Amino acid sequence: MFGLEKRDTSMLIIVAVLTMFAPFILNPFPAGSALAQFNAGYPDLMQRFVIFGIFAIGFNILFGLTGYLSFGHAAFLGVGSYSAVWMFKLLSMNVIPAIILSVIVAGLFSLLIGFVSLRRSGIYFSILTLAFAQMSFNLAYSVLTPITNGETGLQLTLNDPRVLGVSATADGSIPVTNLFGMEMRSTFELAVGPWAFQFNAGYYLCAVILLLAFYLSIRIFRSPFGMMLRAVKSNQQRMNYTGLNTRPYTLAAFVISGMYAGLAGGLMASMDPLAGAERMQWTASGEVVLMTILGGAGTLIGPVLGAGFIKYFENIFSKINDGVLHSWFSFMPDGLENAMVTLIHPFVGKGWHLTLGILFMLVVIFLPGGLVEGGQRIRKWAKNKRSGGETPTGKTEPAE
Amino acid sequence: MGILEVKNVGKRFGGLQALGDVNLSVKENTVHAIIGPNGAGKSTLLNCLVGKLIPDTGSVMFDGQSVLGRAPYEINQMGISRVFQTPEIFGDLTVLENMLIPCFAKRDGAFELNVLPSVLGQKDVLEKAEHMLEEMNMADKRHMHAAAMSRGDKRRLEIGMCLSQEPRLLLLDEPTAGMARADTNNTIDLLKQISDERDITIAIIEHDMHVVFSLADRITVLAQGTPLVEDDPQNIRGNPKVREAYLGESA
Repeated sequence: MFGLEKRDTSMLIIVAVLTMFAPFILNPFPAGSALAQFNAGYPDLMQRFVIFGIFAIGFNILFGLTGYLSFGHAAFLGVGSYSAVWMFKLLSMNVIPAIILSVIVAGLFSLLIGFVSLRRSGIYFSILTLAFAQMSFNLAYSVLTPITNGETGLQLTLNDPRVLGVSATADGSIPVTNLFGMEMRSTFELAVGPWAFQFNAGYYLCAVILLLAFYLSIRIFRSPFGMMLRAVKSNQQRMNYTGLNTRPYTLAAFVISGMYAGLAGGLMASMDPLAGAERMQWTASGEVVLMTILGGAGTLIGPVLGAGFIKYFENIFSKINDGVLHSWFSFMPDGLENAMVTLIHPFVGKGWHLTLGILFMLVVIFLPGGLVEGGQRIRKWAKNKRSGGETPTGKTEPAE
Repeated sequence: MGILEVKNVGKRFGGLQALGDVNLSVKENTVHAIIGPNGAGKSTLLNCLVGKLIPDTGSVMFDGQSVLGRAPYEINQMGISRVFQTPEIFGDLTVLENMLIPCFAKRDGAFELNVLPSVLGQKDVLEKAEHMLEEMNMADKRHMHAAAMSRGDKRRLEIGMCLSQEPRLLLLDEPTAGMARADTNNTIDLLKQISDERDITIAIIEHDMHVVFSLADRITVLAQGTPLVEDDPQNIRGNPKVREAYLGESA
């Protein structure tokens, strides 16, 4: 279907089902229950899941296929956000032109940075991209204040021209982002018993774009171009002596992944029309590297899983404070309760980075192929068990 | 005029004159061997032919066109394929994918933004690659990771990859180095078969005299960066100058 192999089609369908039913899937615990803490089915977080999923899918096209580790991809995300906000300020609050402009600008910007950085490979390439991203970050903070509004970040005001829209709504407030009139913030709430499921227009726009982005990445992975990118990772010498010029291949991969990042940035601004320089900081670039490796670099679905995983931790684990812990362990005798809370305290709340770090280490050491490899091992183990311990077929899944 | 004309080529690395004044003419559809003791400049000469090194002096003409100053991929697209001393293949890719890549390079050139179509939809290229695998007797290994194969198989695959580009000149850099006798003989048979059945010129750098005398139509002996003799194999065998270069003056 859609020009895909059977296995890829079923993967696309799984991702489609997961994203479309996310408001249910991420909201398994009734509101008001002790476990409601772990619900992630609210619009803001769901949007972040899919937006960072798009970012990681794009990053994986560069890193997963060619092996070129960029440490500056957040710069493209930031540039995309700024472009989108400028479109909201100057043209209209419709998200479509904003998203298109952010993809184009990020593409041009990545063409420039890629052209210079790809003169080197390995660690030198990584350092060059990192340097460019930090340069962009610092410029956005200081010199480029007229464009980026410096530390405050770029925001909408009542004085923006908005040629095709209105500067201010009838009641004198700033208009909101929309898709041909459908407001991105509009949310329909479905209450089923104690559960409250939220369906947000912005989330569904992001989800549909994620599906398109995922579909495109499958096509790229299975195309001759994708095979060439894997060949770049495997043996550049052989490529050169096979009549292939590696430079335009790597540059094209770099620009494509930069455009994905710009798309993510544009969507971010479409959901919440502001853009700040901190989106370009190196920690943001590092985050997408973590997402891709955690999920499984070079696999199709890995980056999406990694993005969801990290964003879940960032938003859910960081909210568990001592008060919540005490309420969980209140059934225990006082001394034991306090001991448990003290024991768990460093891993949750502000210490969520510690949990994430430990998990990341465990994955990299025991599952070098990321979460996807974990899934494959479980499947193989289950298959073995079902077939009575027979050895599995020799066909291995191409993890990298 | 040969298909490959090397004229007055010299290359110096600091204080070392790696190549003195090399003249070499390789006739079309022959097997030309370049032999010589260690340090004679064989590999330097080869690197000058494929664009890895640029000689300080002289000219290298392939089929009437200069190769100097061109990148390796451009020289390859002109019709020169190179087989390395240690097989250079795409270890992370499957055997079939290894064979597909040169077929795509032949069809689409040095770069093609072929992003949307599936590899499996490119029937012409697939067919050609499958055919080549069969010719190399590796069709049963098509889904294997190339890195997992034996040294001899890797060599076969690399030669097959080069042939699938339909080169006019095939350069081999000590193709049997480090091989067991049986593998060496297999490689000799393969190369013989290639030169008999195809419209192809082969230039081979080799240490192993057994290989050289089984294959070559013409031999150039290189010593200390300059060609010593160029002759037919039967004359090289008895040439006292060659013996001297190989075994030292005392012999």
